[in-house]
Amino acid sequence: MDEVTFLEYLSYPFVRNALVAGVLISLCAALLGVPLVLRRLSFMGDGLSHVAFGAMAVAGVLNFADTMALSLPVTIAAALVLMRSGRGAKTGGDAMLAMLSVGAMAAGYLVMNLKPSSSNVSGDVCTTLFGSVSILTLTTLDMWLSVGLSVAVCVLWLFAYNRVFDMTFDESYARASGANTTLFNTLAAVVVAVVIVISMRLVGTLLVSSLLVVPAIAAMRVAKSFRAVCVVAAVFTVVCSLAGIMIAVVAGTPVGSTIVAADIISFFFMAIIGRFLK
Amino acid sequence: MTNLVECRDLRLGYGSNAMQPCPDFTVGAGNYLCIVGANGSGKTTLLKAIAGLIKPVSGTLALAPGLASGGIGYVPQQGPLQRDFPASVREVVQSGCQAMRGWRPFYSSAERRRAKDAMESLGIAALARRCYRELSGGQRQRVLLARALCGDCRLLLLDEPTTGLDRDATADFYSLLREINAGGMTIATVTHDHSAALASATHVLTLGTDASFRRIECHG
Repeated sequence: MDEVTFLEYLSYPFVRNALVAGVLISLCAALLGVPLVLRRLSFMGDGLSHVAFGAMAVAGVLNFADTMALSLPVTIAAALVLMRSGRGAKTGGDAMLAMLSVGAMAAGYLVMNLKPSSSNVSGDVCTTLFGSVSILTLTTLDMWLSVGLSVAVCVLWLFAYNRVFDMTFDESYARASGANTTLFNTLAAVVVAVVIVISMRLVGTLLVSSLLVVPAIAAMRVAKSFRAVCVVAAVFTVVCSLAGIMIAVVAGTPVGSTIVAADIISFFFMAIIGRFLK
Repeated sequence: MTNLVECRDLRLGYGSNAMQPCPDFTVGAGNYLCIVGANGSGKTTLLKAIAGLIKPVSGTLALAPGLASGGIGYVPQQGPLQRDFPASVREVVQSGCQAMRGWRPFYSSAERRRAKDAMESLGIAALARRCYRELSGGQRQRVLLARALCGDCRLLLLDEPTTGLDRDATADFYSLLREINAGGMTIATVTHDHSAALASATHVLTLGTDASFRRIECHG
C-alpha cells in the first residue's frame, strides 16, 4: 500500500467516518460474539441478520426514510422469539431458525421485486447482502448513530462482564444462585439484535455473522482464559477491520468482503500460532 | 426452621407430564442426603427443583429463608459446553461468588480471597491459571466443588458428581465430601453408586419408577 496515497485518503471525511464507525461496530460485534459462540448460538446471529434483511426490504418498499426504523424493532422481536423457542425443546430450535431465516430472505426479495423502490433491484439487493460501499456513504449523522450505539453496547458489556461469564459458563448454576437469568437473556437478545442491525451497514446481511463469529473462534485458538479470549478477540477484530477498510479504500474493493477476507486470513494465522502454543 | 428443605406431597415433571409423587422428606442442617434410584426415576429432576431450576407441578417444596438467593451451591452434571470452555480455573471458582457480587461489575478483594481459600482447601491452588478444558475429570469436579463452596452456601447440591471418574478419583471425591459434611455443610447428592452413598450418607432417598419403591431412610 502506498503510504502517501493512504494519508491523502484519510483527509476525506467519509474515509475517517468509515474507519471510526467500522472499527467500533466490529469491536462490539466481536465482544458479543464470544458468549454467542461459547453458548453454541452462532447460528442465531446468522438467522437474525436474514430477518433484518427482510425487514429492511419491507421498509424500503414502504418508503421509510431510515430502514433501521423498521428493521431494528423487527430484529429485536425475532431475537426475543428465538431466545424463547431455543429453551422450549418441543420444536428443534435450529430447524425453526433455518425456516425463519430463509423465510425472511425470501419474503424480503419477493417484496423488493413486487414493488421495486428503484429501477435497479438487483443492485439494491446486492448492496444489502454484501454491504458493498455503504459504509463509505455514511453521513455524519449515521456515523454518530453507529458510534453512539457501539459505545453504549461496549460499556454495557464491560459493566456486565462477570455476569456474561457466569451465564456463558453455566446458566443453571447462575439460576440456582438466584440470578435473574430471564432478564439477562432478554437484554442479551436485544443487544445482539441492535449490533446485527448496525453492523449490517458495514459488511451487509450475508457477512454479518462473520464479524460475530470469526474473532471469537480465532481467539479461542490461542487464549486459555475467558478474559484472554475477550481481549484477543477485541484486538483481532480492530486490526482486521482497520486493515480491511484501508485496503478496500485504496484498492477499491467492496468494504464488507475485504474485512471478512482479512478476518479469515488472520484466523488461519491464529490457528497456526495456536498449534505452536500447545 | 432448622430444616433447610421440606417436601410435602411433591410432584415434579416437565410440561404437563407429572411423575410419580416424591416421598415426603426434610433435609436438616448438617445432613448428608443421598438420592438413589433407577434412570428415569426423577433424581436429577428433584435436585433441579431444590435448586430452583424447575417448578413443582403440585405440592410444596419449602426452602429455608435466604437459601434461594445464594445459599445453594449447585454442582450440575457437566455438559459438553463446559468441557471445552476456555476459562481459567480461577475464573470458574470465582464465579461462585456471583450471588454476593450481584450486578456490581467487578469482584471485591474479599471475594477474590474467598476464591483463593476455596482453591487452597480443595488442593487445586496450583491449577489456578490452568485452562478448565485441559483438566482431568477429577480435577474438574474439584473445581466445580470449589466454585460451590466459594459462595456463601449452606446447602451443597451435587448431581452424579463421580460420573466418568475412575475408582480412585471417586473414592477421593467421596472422602472429600465426608470431610466437608463433617465441617457442618449440608449435602444432597444424586448418585447411582449405592455402596459409596450408603457409606457416608445420613439419609438415603430411594426413587423408583413404581410408587412403592419410593421411600426415605435414616442412617446413623
